[in-house]
Amino acid sequence: MRLTLRIWRQKHAQARGHFATYRMDDVSPDMSFLEMLDVLNEQLTEAGEEPVAFDHDCREGICGMCGVVINGIPHGQHKHRTTTCQLHMRNFRSGETITIEPWRAKAFPVIKDLIVDRSAFDRVIQNGGFITAPTNTIPEANAVLVAKDRSDLAMDAAACIGCGACVAACPNASAMLFTAAKITHLGLLPQGQPERTMRVVGMVRVMDQSGFGGCTNLGECSLACPKEIHLDSIAQMNLDLIKAGFRRG
Amino acid sequence: MAATLNSKVPSAPIEEMWDRHRFEMKLVNPSNKRKFTIIVVGTGLAGASAAASLAELGYQVLNFCYQDSPRRAHSIAAQGGINAAKNYRNDGDSAYRLFYDTVKGGDYRAREANVYRLAQVSGNIIDQCVAQGVPFAREYGGLLDNRSFGGAQVSRTFYARGQTGQQLLLGAYQALSRQIGLGKVAMYPRTEMLDLVIIDGKARGIVTRNLVSGKVESFIGDAVVLATGGYGNVFFLSTNAMGCNTTAIWRSYKRGAFFANPCYTQIHPTCIPVTGDHQSKLTLMSESLRNDGRIWVPRQKGDTRSPNQIPEAERYYYLEEKYPSFGNLVPRDVASRNAKMVCDEGYGVGTTGYGVYLDFSEAIQRLGKQTIVERYGNLFDMYQQITAEDPYRVPMRIYPAIHYTMGGLWVDYHLMSNVPGLFVVGEANFSDHGANRLGASALMQGLADGYFVLPYTIGDYLVQATLEKHDTTHPAFKEAENEISALVKRLLNIRGERTVDSFHKELGRLLWEYCGMSRNAQGLQRAIQDIRTLREAFWQEVRVPGDGGELNQSLERAGRVADFLELAELICVDALHRNESCGGHFREESQTAEGEALRNDQAFAYVGAWEFRGVGSNPALHKEPLEFKYVTLSQRSYK
Ligand SMILES: Cc1cc2nc3c(=O)[nH]c(=O)nc-3n(C[C@H](O)[C@H](O)[C@H](O)COP(=O)(O)OP(=O)(O)OC[C@H]3O[C@@H](n4cnc5c(N)ncnc54)[C@H](O)[C@@H]3O)c2cc1C
Ligand code: FES
Repeated sequence: MRLTLRIWRQKHAQARGHFATYRMDDVSPDMSFLEMLDVLNEQLTEAGEEPVAFDHDCREGICGMCGVVINGIPHGQHKHRTTTCQLHMRNFRSGETITIEPWRAKAFPVIKDLIVDRSAFDRVIQNGGFITAPTNTIPEANAVLVAKDRSDLAMDAAACIGCGACVAACPNASAMLFTAAKITHLGLLPQGQPERTMRVVGMVRVMDQSGFGGCTNLGECSLACPKEIHLDSIAQMNLDLIKAGFRRG
Repeated sequence: MAATLNSKVPSAPIEEMWDRHRFEMKLVNPSNKRKFTIIVVGTGLAGASAAASLAELGYQVLNFCYQDSPRRAHSIAAQGGINAAKNYRNDGDSAYRLFYDTVKGGDYRAREANVYRLAQVSGNIIDQCVAQGVPFAREYGGLLDNRSFGGAQVSRTFYARGQTGQQLLLGAYQALSRQIGLGKVAMYPRTEMLDLVIIDGKARGIVTRNLVSGKVESFIGDAVVLATGGYGNVFFLSTNAMGCNTTAIWRSYKRGAFFANPCYTQIHPTCIPVTGDHQSKLTLMSESLRNDGRIWVPRQKGDTRSPNQIPEAERYYYLEEKYPSFGNLVPRDVASRNAKMVCDEGYGVGTTGYGVYLDFSEAIQRLGKQTIVERYGNLFDMYQQITAEDPYRVPMRIYPAIHYTMGGLWVDYHLMSNVPGLFVVGEANFSDHGANRLGASALMQGLADGYFVLPYTIGDYLVQATLEKHDTTHPAFKEAENEISALVKRLLNIRGERTVDSFHKELGRLLWEYCGMSRNAQGLQRAIQDIRTLREAFWQEVRVPGDGGELNQSLERAGRVADFLELAELICVDALHRNESCGGHFREESQTAEGEALRNDQAFAYVGAWEFRGVGSNPALHKEPLEFKYVTLSQRSYK
């Protein structure tokens, strides 16, 4: 396959970015999208240019480290929802021009080229996204029964990989889906009940402070989510928030 | 240095050993705990669980990882499950049986005392994780579900769909996040440990590079815990994440910590085969698939018919035929070696001929498609995503890949290396799995080390060690910082013609060829020569673009590959010296008439711990003899 790539290049956080154009002549349809970028980077290095910086690690769609906007869509496509590392070049046509950009959101500043700073997500979790269960002070695992359907729903929400595609897809750059997924996961389980109110209040406060936008129910987030986290979780979060009697200013 | 390895195994009957020892160990006065600072490198299952537990106890913790968030450590990718001797199925499981299976599975090359303790605390891990909200699979009655995994004859594996590692790690990450929020843990993501600092003979700190700004910095503490994972990426193609490396343990080895059993590497039988040169990593398909999938190749060499057109009688179910009692569930090393054998003989399938079928058609008929979707849905989707083939209709193609490294830094019963104050947990240490790891046991070990062992043993060290007051202006820190800055400069200034990856790929091919699933003296000697030549070429010809004072991924990789080029030699040296077959280490010179692995307990029932003596010089071997008081040594047989 022959491809033209338009890639966002930005030397560092303070630098001005621009699109650079690269041509690739011999892309195999079996390559993953990131392997295609690897090949580009080998070519750039050999030509004495700086390779394109992009985040990635597991390349199995589970660590949530990778993620770029491809032709306007986070992780590249809606048809089979997937992470950038699990997207294969057979989904593109020879001759195509592909535009590659970093996540764009105020709360995710660009660090370099396609790499952004997602530490705001960690701060949201640090403020309530857990169950307090210090090591060893715990009951026998089967002492508390959990109905299979609830446990399965909790697992659906817990599948979030924290990649940030939801934020990148949202016109308001809202982090509601990410935050709600954790609230839903823990809120569905008996172990998560004691801290339920504190959790929603704490997480939402930090989410708002981090510069994420509000939710206007467009649903773009869920559509972009590689783990298909359901929009219902946002409703669940809002319900918990109302129950907590918490009014956002 | 005539170092002797003192494993510090307490003398007590194995069932009581850990409880008694916990009582005998010294405790840190609660009000003194906050005066101690502990450096934990790594945020995988081992590192996150350790950091969270230590902070809960009241210690000051500094925690490091190279990813942008602690939640992304490679433990996240584990699929299949975690073992625990809960005996929920009432099928005869017990701590003793898990201990026995693990020692036997490790081909009698692990330390009994450590393994027993692992089995003993395994149940607590499940309690801990459930309390944190880990959504393990459940039965309709609301109880936890179990499955049998990787050759075990009891159902002791707990799982969360195909994402067990993810859920366990998120549990530990959340516990860690709570401590970060409380200010008890200072978290340093995108920070790579590049050196260990030893003062007065004790591990006192680390030197790091900030991966965003390029700044080289020092951190001091009262003890250092390495939880930096395995070194499988020395093979370039592996199931590990791209960033997995050996740097932390390797540079500690160069500072005096012993490296044990480096040649014990595990090759996983069920991975998606390579498609071409562009391949950057190999994708593992959980071996739970072998519970229902049947492995076969065509009986006729070079049969190019599509698998569904090959009649039953013309299929060679080689594992079922050769190992009637274990069949498709033989341990990983046996399954992998047999796949390689049939492919080398010309029976392999797929365009490259390096693949075998894993077929679910019989299971789908027997159980219905819905059950298969429930059990393996996400794995089937992943396979289809990568290969564009539908495994519900066409058998999967699989081939072995490097997956796990049993070797690692040598540690005693306290999980402390021979360097006082340097503790090593999780895959980074050598303990527990001997020469071969059983499925679902790495997650167990990582969490056992971090939640239930290290928090006790580290206290015993801190109480007794005399730790002088120092800070990072100490000459040992300055010297290490200067060395790191010089190393960065040196890499950037070579300005050669070849990329870092080209060296890494060549190294990987060498190791796979000569020190992969099957090894012999001649090949290993050749590999050692070739690795040395390649290493020299690297330092002459590598090109690392960009500079050191910025985010520079080529530079990060160059540093890691430089270490792999040294480690690879040690792996081969170890493999060459161990002239026996055991677990993942198959020496062609040592096999039975039927071609099965043949151990030599007379000569090799010991842990081989290597001491660094300079790059390119022969390392010194220290032996920790292994005694088997509880498990009787026998040749493994899965027939
Ligand atoms: C695809 C796959 C599937 C698996 N499935 C299973 C399974 O089903 N069951 C099972 O029991 N086991 C499984 N395993 C094995 C198991 O996942 C690992 O052995 C285990 O998770 C390792 O945990 P760890 O905490 O030791 O290291 P890791 O999770 O690898 O964590 C290493 C940490 O160290 C940090 N680090 C590394 N080097 C540095 C450095 N120089 N400076 C700073 N930080 C550094 C990293 O950032 C990371 O935080 C699987 C492994 C793979 C690859
Ligand atoms: S690299 Fe881990 S999800 Fe893509």
